[in-house]
Amino acid sequence: MDTTVKKDSPFIEITGELCKGCKLCIDVCPKGVIAISDQLNSSSYHPAYYVGADCTGCTLCFYACPEPAAIKVFKP
Amino acid sequence: MKTTTKATAFYNVFERKGGPHKETTHYCPGCGHGNVHKMIAEAMDDLGINDKTVFVSPVGCSVFGYYYFDCGNFQAAHGRAPAVATGIKRANPDSVVISYQGDGDLAAIGTAETLHAANRGENITVFFVNNAIYGMTGGQMAPTTLIEQKTATTPRGRVESEHGNPIKMAEIISTLPAATYVERVAIGNSKHIMKARKAIRKALKNQVENRGYSFVEILSVCPTGWKMDSPDARDWLTDQMIEAFPLGVYKDESSEREDGWYRDVKPFVPAELNKYFGVNAEADVAPVDLKKDLFCKFAGFGGQGILTMGLFLAQIGMRADHNVSWIPAYGPEMRGGTANCSVNVSNKRIGTPLVERPNVMVAMNLPSLEMFEKDVVDGGVILVDSGIVDKTPDTDRLDVVMIPATEIADEVGTPKVANVVMLGAMIAATDAYSLDFVSETLKVVVKKKNLIDMNLAALQRGYDFVKNGS
Repeated sequence: MDTTVKKDSPFIEITGELCKGCKLCIDVCPKGVIAISDQLNSSSYHPAYYVGADCTGCTLCFYACPEPAAIKVFKP
Repeated sequence: MKTTTKATAFYNVFERKGGPHKETTHYCPGCGHGNVHKMIAEAMDDLGINDKTVFVSPVGCSVFGYYYFDCGNFQAAHGRAPAVATGIKRANPDSVVISYQGDGDLAAIGTAETLHAANRGENITVFFVNNAIYGMTGGQMAPTTLIEQKTATTPRGRVESEHGNPIKMAEIISTLPAATYVERVAIGNSKHIMKARKAIRKALKNQVENRGYSFVEILSVCPTGWKMDSPDARDWLTDQMIEAFPLGVYKDESSEREDGWYRDVKPFVPAELNKYFGVNAEADVAPVDLKKDLFCKFAGFGGQGILTMGLFLAQIGMRADHNVSWIPAYGPEMRGGTANCSVNVSNKRIGTPLVERPNVMVAMNLPSLEMFEKDVVDGGVILVDSGIVDKTPDTDRLDVVMIPATEIADEVGTPKVANVVMLGAMIAATDAYSLDFVSETLKVVVKKKNLIDMNLAALQRGYDFVKNGS
């Protein structure tokens, strides 16, 4: 879902299968660029996803997320 | 490109976790353990200590720490993590030992261990994850539950007059002179989390630099036990919990405790141990060949000298420079109950001191024979006191020696040396050591010197009974 992101700007990758839908990343994101999906993942959670633009690479979502591998943050 | 991603201190895939989904934790959505795990793993990566860290998991939701951390792992009995960590650290002073505990484990069941490890100033790092509730067991009141907080066991809220006040562990531990660094942090919002990361890193760095005991209390959440959604739980932490448990550094003497402040850890010097156990290692002992590893189970009534017999064998092995272990198992009775001990004598390092499948078994009463005979490996040696036990073991499967040890001991002078008669028989039946070597060792290890002759006579009689049938 973030294949259109320009790689010269910061972005995050959320692996929906590893997300438990706790919304903490959405709560802390200063830019409001994370949203919750309508779809269910295989664990029956509504996973978070990156809306695709305006991430600043601040990493707050990474540290707010309790899952070790659900969010990756890339900053050029 | 700077990438912030999963720390290498985590396993890539959590193979030890059952079920599907081996890349996610077993924690509930929004649980604070995940955050704290990530901060610890990140600090381990940064300090480069993954290969020498030992993570001691508690009882509680984080009982499965070993699913996640790619380092040494140990899961301690409830509340005992700091005591276990003490042992690990003292035996391996170069390791970095983390005691990771929740509030039920640390502040209720393990209060004693917690305070005494801190009071001794053990060079360990304690991470105390406080979410004011027993999460794993279904949200009961914990020692840290806030006044008026509703839990499964305080449905009308915690009342001071009835349940006491929330225990403030950081404050209590900061009063102990030996503690080096005590801080309380939280994970309620991003600011808290960034501070918590620093505290966790510092607490680990202190240990790497031998600065002594560090304690970081991390105020955390339990959305499930608190019956809130995840963001609300973080808000409740920020608004309510911090008022009851103020954040901050309660003690920090890190900079005053230079490298090596921590006590001189005395390594385990074999000579010291020999001295302690009364083994004369200086004696002219030539290397003794051990033909076959001995995995022994000695069992009988309390008072028959079963445990002492095991100790003798262990001391014989020690004197021959073999690896040995001895561990007793007995009831509260000094006399008359049942007792058994496990003894390993091996050319190789011994993993566990327990012997579940013995190749040598001594049964000095009937219940012991009935309990342990089936455990003896095929072809194993089993020695039975035929004067006491009116039953012969399976002679097809086992190498059976029926010896009236107690009667022989009576003839020697006292039934108390029946265990040594049995030891002599065992030595003869297994050919593990020469009679001379065993006799020489007994002279050193028998405490009452006036009884040495009687013991040697008993040993000889047992040995002869097997070798010569008399």
